Amino acid sequence: MRVPLSWLREYVDVPAGVTGRDVGEKLIRAGLEVETVEESDLSGPLVVGKVLTFEDEPQKNGKTIRWCSLDIGKDEPQWVVCGANNFAVGDLVVVVLPGAVLPGGFAISARKTYGHVSNGMICSSQELGLGDDGTHGIVVLEPGEATPGDDAIELLALKDDVLDIAVTPDRGYCLSIRGVAREAATAYGVALKDPAELALDGSGAGGYPVRVDDAEACSVFVTRTVTGIDAKALSPRWMQKRLLASGMRPISIGVDVANYVMLELGQPIHTYDKARLSGEIVVRRANAGEKLMTLDDQTRELDIEDLLITDDSGAIGVAGVMGGASTEISEATADVVIEAAHFDPIVIARASRRHKLSSEASRRFEREVDPLLPRYAAQRVADLLREYAGGTILPEETVVDTHPLPDPVTLRADHAARVAGAPITLTETVRHLESVGCTVEAAAADATAAPLAAGVHAPVLAEVGTTTVGAANVQGDDLLTVTPPSWRPDLRDPNDFAEEAIRLFGFDNVPSVLPAAPGGQGLTVSQKRRRKVATALVGAGLTEVVSYPFTGEADFDAMGLPADDPRRTTVKLVNPISDEEPSMQTTLLATLLRTAERNVGRGATDLAIFQTGLVFLPKAETKPAPLPSVAHRPSDAEIQSLYDALPDQPLHVGVVLTGLLTPTGWWGKGRPAGWADAVQIARLISSAVGVEPVVTNVELAPWHPGRCAQFAIGGPDGKVVGHAGELHPKVCQAFGLPTRSSAVELDLEALIAAGPESITAHPFSSYPVAKEDVALIVAADVPAADVQAALAEGAGELLESVRLFDVYTGEQIGEGKKSLAFALRFRAPDRTLKENEVADARQAAVQVTVDRFNAVQRVG
Amino acid sequence: MSGPNTDYDPVEVTPLHAEEVERTRDEALTAFTEAADLAALQEAKSTHLGDKSPIVLANREIGALPPQARKEAGQRIGAARKAINEGFASRLTVLEAEHEEQMLATERVDVTLPWHTPELGARHPLSLISEQVADVFTALGWDVAEGPEVEAEWLNFDALNFQPDHPARQMQDTFFVEPAGSGKVLRTHTSPVQARSMLSRKPPIYVICPGRVFRTDELDATHTPVFYQVEGLVVDEGITLAHLKGTLDHFVVSMFGEGLEARLRPNFFPFTEPSAEVDLKCFVCRGASVGNPDRPCRTCGSEGWIEWGGCGVVNPRVLQANGIDTDRYSGFAFGMGLERTLMFRNGVEDMRDMVEGDVRFSRQFGMEI
Ligand SMILES: [Zn+2]
Repeated sequence: MRVPLSWLREYVDVPAGVTGRDVGEKLIRAGLEVETVEESDLSGPLVVGKVLTFEDEPQKNGKTIRWCSLDIGKDEPQWVVCGANNFAVGDLVVVVLPGAVLPGGFAISARKTYGHVSNGMICSSQELGLGDDGTHGIVVLEPGEATPGDDAIELLALKDDVLDIAVTPDRGYCLSIRGVAREAATAYGVALKDPAELALDGSGAGGYPVRVDDAEACSVFVTRTVTGIDAKALSPRWMQKRLLASGMRPISIGVDVANYVMLELGQPIHTYDKARLSGEIVVRRANAGEKLMTLDDQTRELDIEDLLITDDSGAIGVAGVMGGASTEISEATADVVIEAAHFDPIVIARASRRHKLSSEASRRFEREVDPLLPRYAAQRVADLLREYAGGTILPEETVVDTHPLPDPVTLRADHAARVAGAPITLTETVRHLESVGCTVEAAAADATAAPLAAGVHAPVLAEVGTTTVGAANVQGDDLLTVTPPSWRPDLRDPNDFAEEAIRLFGFDNVPSVLPAAPGGQGLTVSQKRRRKVATALVGAGLTEVVSYPFTGEADFDAMGLPADDPRRTTVKLVNPISDEEPSMQTTLLATLLRTAERNVGRGATDLAIFQTGLVFLPKAETKPAPLPSVAHRPSDAEIQSLYDALPDQPLHVGVVLTGLLTPTGWWGKGRPAGWADAVQIARLISSAVGVEPVVTNVELAPWHPGRCAQFAIGGPDGKVVGHAGELHPKVCQAFGLPTRSSAVELDLEALIAAGPESITAHPFSSYPVAKEDVALIVAADVPAADVQAALAEGAGELLESVRLFDVYTGEQIGEGKKSLAFALRFRAPDRTLKENEVADARQAAVQVTVDRFNAVQRVG
Repeated sequence: MSGPNTDYDPVEVTPLHAEEVERTRDEALTAFTEAADLAALQEAKSTHLGDKSPIVLANREIGALPPQARKEAGQRIGAARKAINEGFASRLTVLEAEHEEQMLATERVDVTLPWHTPELGARHPLSLISEQVADVFTALGWDVAEGPEVEAEWLNFDALNFQPDHPARQMQDTFFVEPAGSGKVLRTHTSPVQARSMLSRKPPIYVICPGRVFRTDELDATHTPVFYQVEGLVVDEGITLAHLKGTLDHFVVSMFGEGLEARLRPNFFPFTEPSAEVDLKCFVCRGASVGNPDRPCRTCGSEGWIEWGGCGVVNPRVLQANGIDTDRYSGFAFGMGLERTLMFRNGVEDMRDMVEGDVRFSRQFGMEI
């Protein structure tokens, strides 16, 4: 809502000298979102001049200029060159003099032009920032409107600050000068001159025939008729200026007046050419298949929920949203039917959304308009048409009004003070409520407090005192009955009234008290473990990044996922940012690989990045989530079905490594990051949360089929928690990554859940260690981890540790074989081991590998 | 070893003369002192303490003396040997120290050279700031609550008093989950975590909820469709707006420094009543830039205050929908955008830097913000 300060001042006696910025500040403190205050950059001298003489001088370029002398209230006439010719000797015009600045920063100086020195210029409407007045020439004032030398800035109210206010949904009444003026009047503690307080001259009956078929959706419908208007008449300059300043384009007197009254009072108005109406106006819901060509010349299919204004010809408007073209007023219109109605906010909101049509009218109706306004607004339109378009107001009037009166609300007198935790006295509370337009009375003896008054049984704050309401003396825990004004449909709960009193009391005056929470337990185990993982990864040199979770087929194709891969079954969005990425990620790598690609593209070819984030896994059966009542807590079953309807959303961690892990330097050649680094990082993540997973070779996209490690918890057949290894060469190519890039993705949530509850310490031996090395030749496809496990199994309790320290393949070993060398350490808790004990344990260890893998001990 | 010498008059055994013993001792000490390095010292040692050295040879002569003379000669020789040994030891200490010093000097390296083990990586600043906020509130005894990102529409809107056709519901440009009418959305704010907290816990409830949220905004310098928020919720007996102010003041001080405070400006949010915008006293100029063109402040645009978030007293309708006894309990809630916080707190100028995943952005921060 754009509010010119001059317009506001018409209804509120804002102290002289107060600027738009000052008013904006006050309104912000009162709870209006004043986004900007535009301050005019216009500066004088700008004066009224009287044309004394002029001479038309044709120019070579075909134009004719006028060389004019003007009386600007000085001894000598002012001589200027003018390009326009819509004036005569004796006309009063607006003259800008050298030294002035016109809107838009246009500085004026005396300048030589067309063979004369022009000491300023005669201004057009547009040059004064008043928009196109349709004259294609300069502004000619009415005779006697001013005297030569008068300050035109003041005369035409040219220098005006404009406040731009973002009106919140609860403050629909502030989509009008009237509403903002009410707030300004309260803020400055001055009276409001309510522009809606005007004399009604209608008879209350006999106007244009109207029938309302849906009183729920249309509770008020008022018409007035003005006959014999001059539809070609121009709107007065002040009205055009205000419309422009408010962001609306002046069009014609009929349209301008309707818009002007809407801005002034907040009541949307529709005007019909009476000659183009046929028969009774009926307000009803649309029939299936009905169509309407709206004012924007679009033919719209109507929905049976749309509320329509119709006549014998069919639909002539979507109520509260947009009128139809067939009954629109035009330059030929003589008689106008004015409609001012009250529509249900939800009906209008839905229609506006359905037709993707947000109009000035619908924006107001959606936020609910003062239901008492229609008669006054229709009167105001009629008055303006009579005055500026020469019409005659018919006394007959149509008034359909079934709108209920606002419900009073009963609340404790100290409710505002208790909500605020501040000593707002009862006297202040009553005063503030009255200043927003409420009627405050002492509640009847048998009245009970309205529900939803949080903490209603709390003791009274002593500081609130007592007050007198009517004849009653009121204490803090006495009840008040408060009736909201017609323009505040948002005031319906005790807290709504408390807010009004608190904001006028001043949020700044509320004390600051830190509440004492009961003792907490800090972060949860899961939250702590996530931090440990991140810290461990950073310690290993990885950098955390974030990516959008949106993905699509192109990413899955690039990852080489088979057509039936479950990761291609996704949660999809109805309205994604991009049609190519309609899905929520089922794998972090879908988005992390793109992030890696972007980094590599920007020159970071040696990359070690990680990201944590949710993946979204649709359930086998997708059910809609219910929408239970908000009047009470949903049942446990309803709550469960809310949760069950959602996809599984486990937290994953993803890693991508590309290029060199260690750079080339004075120590030698750099080392590329490879599959083993990825696997090691997955192990690092696991051990950061205290889990030792089982690693096996598997084939899975997007990894290299021979270089993918699967991580499982809870034994070899346990839950798979992720994978690590080298990426498939095609995947590297598809994502523009260096060859042999590698990646990890783990279900961090599952890993964390598998972590230990607590660790129990074990004693460790102080007897000497016995070290034994074993080299075993096994088939090349036997996993080292399995051989190691077999050794550990066979070695028995004396084994302290076993570690693989060499892998060898070559001619000496034979085709299809490999040699694995392990270092075994034996130790007993209670004695020094004897040589034969160690030898026996070693042999037992080897024997298991022989039995299980046909292992052959390698000697020497 | 030579046997006892009986042919000599013991008084005539020259090496045992006091003057002779002293001379032998002094020669040895001089030789040690003059030894320039460990090798020379070893040579002097074998000359003056070795098997053929004068003092050892003299010692052997003692046996030839008559018993009554042996004691005196023995003491004389013993004292001299001790002095020679000590002389050697002290010179050895000196020379060894010199030697070590020289050796270490030759091993000097350029410690400014780089090495190949990976340097510390970096956290994303959005993670760091989420954790910092969590730490501020866990220190107050609050819990950190979390929830899913694909959320039930009821929890995202209805439970928070966003009525189905209310303009407030349209204000938040929402991603809807297929199929249309599924009742599921990408959460538009972290507030559904508040609803979940109220549904799953009993008052007193003190929770802070950091998390990622979604709105259908196009990415530009100040907007992103995916962003991070943090919200706080308290539900307890006797909770007031004053408690909200106290909490926000504490939060401001924790994040931006001592002496700062929050300011509330009335506003509208469906889930709170009364509602307010939270402004933060500018931590750079502390208001000194207001009306002072000589001291403009970029951080607050010379306004003295920075818009930070929204807050209010929990609307009792929200308590009611989530099963909290509105007669007994009241609450407050607040929420801030973390990107915006980073922008003004850490001077991030472009929203896109925060969401594109460029490692250079995270690396500026390391593990601290
Ligand atoms: Zn500042």
